[in-house]
Amino acid sequence: MLSPLEVEIVLLSLRVGFWAVLVGLPLAIAAAWLLARTSFPGKAVVDGLLHLPLVVPPVIVGYTLLVLLGRQGVIGAFLDNVFGISFAFNWKGAAVASGVMAFPLMVRAIRLSIEAIDRRIETAARTLGASPLRVFATITLPLALPGILSGTVLAFARSLGEFGATITFVSNIPGETRTLPLAVFSLMQVPGTEAAILRLVLISIAIALAALVVSEYLSRRVAARIRGTPP
Amino acid sequence: MIRVAIQKKLGAFTLDVSFVSGAGVTALYGVSGAGKTSIVNAIAGLMRPDAGHIELDGITVFDSTSRIFLPPERRGVGYVFQEDRLFPHLSVRRNLSYGQRRSEGHPQPSFDDVIDLLGLAPLLERLPHRLSGGEKQRVAIGRAVLSRPRLLLMDEPLANLDTARRAEILPFLERLCRDLSLPIVYVSHAIEEITRLADTLIVLDRGKVVAAGPVPAITARLDLSPLIDRGDAGTVLVGTIESHDTRYHLTTVAFDGGRLVVPAVGGPVGAALRLRIQARDVAIATSVPTGISTLNCLPGVITELGTGRQAHRDVQVNVGVPILARLTQRSISELGLEPGRQVTALIKSVAVERTDRSAD
Repeated sequence: MLSPLEVEIVLLSLRVGFWAVLVGLPLAIAAAWLLARTSFPGKAVVDGLLHLPLVVPPVIVGYTLLVLLGRQGVIGAFLDNVFGISFAFNWKGAAVASGVMAFPLMVRAIRLSIEAIDRRIETAARTLGASPLRVFATITLPLALPGILSGTVLAFARSLGEFGATITFVSNIPGETRTLPLAVFSLMQVPGTEAAILRLVLISIAIALAALVVSEYLSRRVAARIRGTPP
Repeated sequence: MIRVAIQKKLGAFTLDVSFVSGAGVTALYGVSGAGKTSIVNAIAGLMRPDAGHIELDGITVFDSTSRIFLPPERRGVGYVFQEDRLFPHLSVRRNLSYGQRRSEGHPQPSFDDVIDLLGLAPLLERLPHRLSGGEKQRVAIGRAVLSRPRLLLMDEPLANLDTARRAEILPFLERLCRDLSLPIVYVSHAIEEITRLADTLIVLDRGKVVAAGPVPAITARLDLSPLIDRGDAGTVLVGTIESHDTRYHLTTVAFDGGRLVVPAVGGPVGAALRLRIQARDVAIATSVPTGISTLNCLPGVITELGTGRQAHRDVQVNVGVPILARLTQRSISELGLEPGRQVTALIKSVAVERTDRSAD
């Protein structure tokens, strides 16, 4: 059904999206909690910085990543020398680019669902002897689950579609950084590939739809469990 | 033993209270805005006073001079809020057991005791949204009790319920107050709840304590009339069952001033009772009447005349203990009633409020 090349592209895209979301999620939950439940000096600045990838051109994000995390970059050189981790021109770099671009979407969705939780319920938990950490783990996190789920799916879909930051940061290397959008872009440079492009477009749509259906199903179940309304 | 002495400025309102409360149920009473909730929030650690000191069972939980402020989870204080505040994603059983982990070393009361006491057995596997308002509040009470606190705070736990639900929960609260040896601070602006539940009454007005003492003594004070909306509550008396009259279905209750005959109540001779006499059910005679159907005619002395409210005035009569009688201004002047005058108080009806704690 799918050609070996198409399978490779899809698997690479899924792997990039998966890691982008997996690593980003705990950070996004922490950031969302900080923004929703605490106040500290410079909160507005942090809030603005977190949203930056949403508003600046992706190519700028990619270039910034290249400067910071590239082999000669400030952080990249350090990581390479000390831990032997490199993000330059490999799929991990693609995951970083996707993750950074998707991060604000995740934070927004999770923050909204944390803000929707009645703080008085958390206070009640404190009076029952629960530490702030236990309140977070047993009350806040479960009640924020619908937002966490939808934020995750949104971020995953955004990762699959990431183009500008990825191509700027890690280039367009077949089998390494050539995800679905980059593969479509590459094919468009070659005449007579309309059929192949159409197949990739359909695959993209199918993956996106599947993700939406799964997320809808899960968040309905979770919401039903919390509010108790039948699904 | 709870010692509270705190000050807190909240906008134009200044809370400045100091009181000590011991075992049993201490009611904080006052109109809304008197500062009741602020006080319990300070005791629970949900509000930080500007200055002062709070001590629970000898443990200082707040002290402004030595900068002590224990967070709520380390105070061992249970809190039943006006709203149930149940955890919507947890079953009743898991709501109830949420606070149990801090209770090691305090085996009483057991999970089963509390379930029995509050009638929660049929609800255990349900989620909070499948409960009625009254059921939710019972679960909230059980949850707070099962965290085995040193002290239980209740902030108008019945305020958000309709009359029927209130009537449903009050008996549970009475049993709880009677059967658990747990000091309770009960906030309310409903004097009927206080006369049924409380032992000690602290009256608050605009952030200050204006009166504090045993419920019977405070409810009989005329000077508090502007603050205490007695409504149907009347005065509270404490007595013990002296004898039962099975022929006429009556019970004789002895109290400090004498005896009262009331419709038969259950309970052994010697059991303590709390009685309530409404001011409007008390009439005054200047001579001992004869040929009268009223069973309870008690000799007494007028101790104080209340300030007039249109046609009626409340009069305090000491029949051994002070009770209030609501008379017309006209009767008072025609009979020449004044403090020191020997009279007979004719008590038309007596409500038996509850069998008292000391009965156990």
